[in-house]
Amino acid sequence: MSYIPHTDAERQQMLSAIGVTTIEDLFEAVPAGHRFPSLNLPEAMSEMEVMAELLAFAEANEHSQDFVTFRGAGAYHHFIPSVVNHIISRGEFYTAYTPYQPELSQGTLQVIYEYQSMMCALLGMEAANASHYDGATSLAESVTVALEVTRHKRNKIILSHSIHPQYREVVRTYHQGNPTLRFVGDRGRADIPDLIDMLDDNTAMLAIAYPNFFGQIDDLKHLADKAHAVGALLVMVVNPLAMGMLKSPGELGADIVVGEGQSLGIPMSYGGPYLGFFATRQQYVRKIAGRIVGETVDITGKRGFTMTLRPREQDIRREKATSNICTNQGLMSVATAVYLSVMGKAGMKQVASLNYHKAHYAAQQINQLDAYEVDMSKPFFNEFMVKCPASVQQINNQLLNEGIIGGIDLGEYYEHLRGVMLLAVTEMNTRDEIDGLVSALEQIAKE
Amino acid sequence: MATLQYPSHLWYQHSDEWLLVEGDQGTIGVSDYAQDALNDVVFVELPEVGDKFKKGTVFGTVESVKAAADLKMPVDGEVVAVNSELEATPETINAQPYTGGWIIKIKVTGAVEALMNADEYRAFCESR
Repeated sequence: MSYIPHTDAERQQMLSAIGVTTIEDLFEAVPAGHRFPSLNLPEAMSEMEVMAELLAFAEANEHSQDFVTFRGAGAYHHFIPSVVNHIISRGEFYTAYTPYQPELSQGTLQVIYEYQSMMCALLGMEAANASHYDGATSLAESVTVALEVTRHKRNKIILSHSIHPQYREVVRTYHQGNPTLRFVGDRGRADIPDLIDMLDDNTAMLAIAYPNFFGQIDDLKHLADKAHAVGALLVMVVNPLAMGMLKSPGELGADIVVGEGQSLGIPMSYGGPYLGFFATRQQYVRKIAGRIVGETVDITGKRGFTMTLRPREQDIRREKATSNICTNQGLMSVATAVYLSVMGKAGMKQVASLNYHKAHYAAQQINQLDAYEVDMSKPFFNEFMVKCPASVQQINNQLLNEGIIGGIDLGEYYEHLRGVMLLAVTEMNTRDEIDGLVSALEQIAKE
Repeated sequence: MATLQYPSHLWYQHSDEWLLVEGDQGTIGVSDYAQDALNDVVFVELPEVGDKFKKGTVFGTVESVKAAADLKMPVDGEVVAVNSELEATPETINAQPYTGGWIIKIKVTGAVEALMNADEYRAFCESR
């Protein structure tokens, strides 16, 4: 359907039908002094002039492509196969909206179904939704599910301090309307055994990160059993790329798996749009938020797809909806679906392995420098902590002069980690780049 | 369409639940009219044994392909049994709304009052 603007004659017809003469007459209800305020806008520019001005703004920014980056902390520089952009740029995907009418939207619905299925395979879980806004939102939604599953008879939520600090902040903001909820466990430095000690029959859920915000892999072997023994849900916030190499959260007994899908075929951009994934066990599927696409047959018996389990959603049952949010990151979920299908199981294993080995090479090299100390106390994936000889900000300023973006300053979020940098290494960092970082760090320490 | 049934030994509510009273024990389900209006039932959310509810409060949900309906208590009571077979075969509610499709059994702890008998409920349904 094309957009056909009104003609002047049609406008006149409509105005006469209402009983007014001009369009301005329709604004009579607005007090005269406020009706047509002067906006003091500069004169209109030509397309050529606008382009020049916007390009100048854009060029004032530094682009990650012009730097070697070793920064992660939830947003990573990974390779995106060009086929991803080709497919998501197609108009059918780029501008498609919510597939409420399955008869018109089989393409969108099928891709979402494939995305859901692949996330289940990657995470070792039984059911996944069509995605949330981002990793932080998915974690916030898991709290709602845990409270519902425990029949609103429990109000304690245990959060590990090693979950992304911004995610934990969003979770608290999201649930601020429920003053009976108690979020515990993340104000200090409680480790897994300490969190287990906090479990009791008032705990609705225990959430940990895997790998954690510091890049480390905690021993999670018995965590599920301990949580389930008190009737609490185990929620894992995971780096999906790491799942190409690590034991899946499903195998570890997680009840809900959430996290950020940006590592799977989505560019860093300016902090978004990203992709919050949410996967769970079949028994909880009616309690979860978000859209779910299911497979079914049409009236002729042909396979088809449709949004399903709709009584969870607000347009069907407003008071009992599982969330106030009723949307998903449609385009990003298509990007991730394309990425996962192009990478396949072998590709995911390979990219995870590259990340792991490059990060370990970098860590070893840096640890050999006298002025720096790498935290090797736990196994890690593609990020690690480095104690620096000067403030992280100073080190990063110097690194920037060498065209290198250093890691984040953990001291900004954790009192006990002042002077500690979180360095990430991905498949995008060549050996030369890593060696360049190491010698730059060595130089900086000498000054 | 088969004619809808309104067994005469039961009490009924405007929200379409029926109540069978046997001494201080009660059995609750949804009426033939309700299962017909809901269409194929796909899921029933049951309370737990031991849960206590006041008359008029929601004790569970019945979900069909078309809608999700709250189940309201016709009388004060404590749940003594739930029909867990409905987990595997929720469609029993459509096939046998008054027998195999029972939803919960309760110990009645309040007065059985302000409910319709079969004739009143039938008249109510036919006027909808």
